[in-house]
Amino acid sequence: MAESEQSQRKARRVDDREVEELAPTDTAHKAELDSEVDSLLDEIDDVLEVNAEEFVRSFVQKGGQ
Amino acid sequence: MPSTANREESATANPEMAARLNARIMGIETEYGISALAPGPSAVPGGFNNAFIDEELHPMQLSNHVVKAYGASAPGQPAGWDYETETPLRDIRGYEISRAAAHPDQLTDTDLGMANVILTNGARLYVDHAHPEYSSPEVTSALDAVRYDKAGEAVMAIAAQRATQSLGRSVRLYKNNTDGKGASYGTHENYLLQRSTPFDRIVTQFTAFLVSRQVIIGGGRVGLGQSSQTPGFQISQRADFFEAEVGLETTLNRPIINTRDEPHADASKHRRLHVITGDANLSEISTYLKVGTASWVLRVIEAGELGSDVRLEGPVSAMRTVSHDLSVHEPLYLSEGSSITALDLQEVYLDACRDHYEQVAGDLTETARIEAKDIFSRWQDCLDALRADIFSLADQLDWVAKLKLMESYRERDGLSWSAPKLALIDLQYADVDPRRSLYRALLSNGKMRRLVNNEEIERARTSPPEDTRAYFRGRVMEKFGSSVVAASWDSVIFDVPERPALQRLPLLDPLRGTREQVGQLIEECDSVTELFAALGR
Repeated sequence: MAESEQSQRKARRVDDREVEELAPTDTAHKAELDSEVDSLLDEIDDVLEVNAEEFVRSFVQKGGQ
Repeated sequence: MPSTANREESATANPEMAARLNARIMGIETEYGISALAPGPSAVPGGFNNAFIDEELHPMQLSNHVVKAYGASAPGQPAGWDYETETPLRDIRGYEISRAAAHPDQLTDTDLGMANVILTNGARLYVDHAHPEYSSPEVTSALDAVRYDKAGEAVMAIAAQRATQSLGRSVRLYKNNTDGKGASYGTHENYLLQRSTPFDRIVTQFTAFLVSRQVIIGGGRVGLGQSSQTPGFQISQRADFFEAEVGLETTLNRPIINTRDEPHADASKHRRLHVITGDANLSEISTYLKVGTASWVLRVIEAGELGSDVRLEGPVSAMRTVSHDLSVHEPLYLSEGSSITALDLQEVYLDACRDHYEQVAGDLTETARIEAKDIFSRWQDCLDALRADIFSLADQLDWVAKLKLMESYRERDGLSWSAPKLALIDLQYADVDPRRSLYRALLSNGKMRRLVNNEEIERARTSPPEDTRAYFRGRVMEKFGSSVVAASWDSVIFDVPERPALQRLPLLDPLRGTREQVGQLIEECDSVTELFAALGR
């Protein structure tokens, strides 16, 4: 534990200068992706048949090849 | 005028012509799922009628409406089908079953008064069993197979729209293969083979390819089992419906290798391999790889160059094993005792195709060489990506795209695999109407890669491929459609003025009737009488 605290402190000061902690870029990217997925799902929700259960239940096909 | 013999000699002396003769003839036929919403007051503001499927309307009549609705708008007029050379009961293994012994579903060569339209792109649009079916024209490249398969979707979208107008109820068509309640309908590929290839070699060497390729060509499906009795997601739409290794049937006891022997060409030279295991694909890349890889594997098998013994122990259950395994790492057992994954099996076939290519590249056209290399490299990339992270293929393969979409829904809405909403997403992914199609929603959001553009698809909807007999069929339908009484894959029957008998023109060679051969001739003729004079008939 002591060792990990030490390495954290080290990470915050390099050559006696303060190091500013930035959010990892992939987190920002992930948030962007999440909102992209959300808007895609919203878009799809708008075109889905209204009563999923009834619609799927009554989609019955005769056999084919 | 050169004699026939001279022309043949010059064909062999001309490498480009010889290369063309090396072309593979293929096509895809798809039965579409169909339903109509019951008429009544609208449940949705501004919506069409209400949201309930009319379970009373007979699907055969409905399919008939759909085909007629499209046919009524096509140039010329709906033509009949020439059943003269159809032999659905002839088995590729050398015998024929009697009509009395056949299941009524197998009697596909009788005209039940159902609509049948031959399109100006050389395709056939008709009612098969209780589904509208689009059979693409004959093509020689995987990319053309994609173009004419997508053209079929465009045909069905228009047909559904027009049938909706004429019937006064909203008609829905789906490019999928099951209703999730026990019924399955097919997407069949056709490959013309040399008659000289021993059929048992196809059975022993092609089966494992069909079983393992699901990881690439699967359409994705919610529900496990023929009636979706177990909740879950699987790779293929069709896998659960195969019950035999080899056989003639297509509607019951479905076999992995179908033996229908109806070459639609000179039967002494060719057989047509009717591949019934495939899924209906929306993804252009899935379709491209489906026919591109299969046609190359068949070349290898015909050449007798598949070195490895790839016979599977229990291929029917292996179909399900592969389809149900989303990790794509489940081992399959070979007859000789060892085990192998579907991905490694595919790699065996890919390596054999690459080796064979090196030997035959010189006999191919430049276009065919470019396409072969593209197929191999995409095939390899898919296998590598499936090993590393399946979701990296979400913009290429149908089953991965569908799975990713559903996992997003499961995460957002906390849905289990038995949620009706997921079954609806599965169904609606395949709706041919661009306004409702979820595949289209992914496409328009830039989430699916493409190989062809909308203009090419629209051209393929109305114009035939230029390098097969489909060119002749399509062009005469466009220009002389009102004189065509009936047609088939290997014939066109004309009603020629002042000739008392109908004139049946055989088209037994799939590589004759191309644009190069007859394009100018058709262009220059203003009537069917002139056409027959020009053809020397």
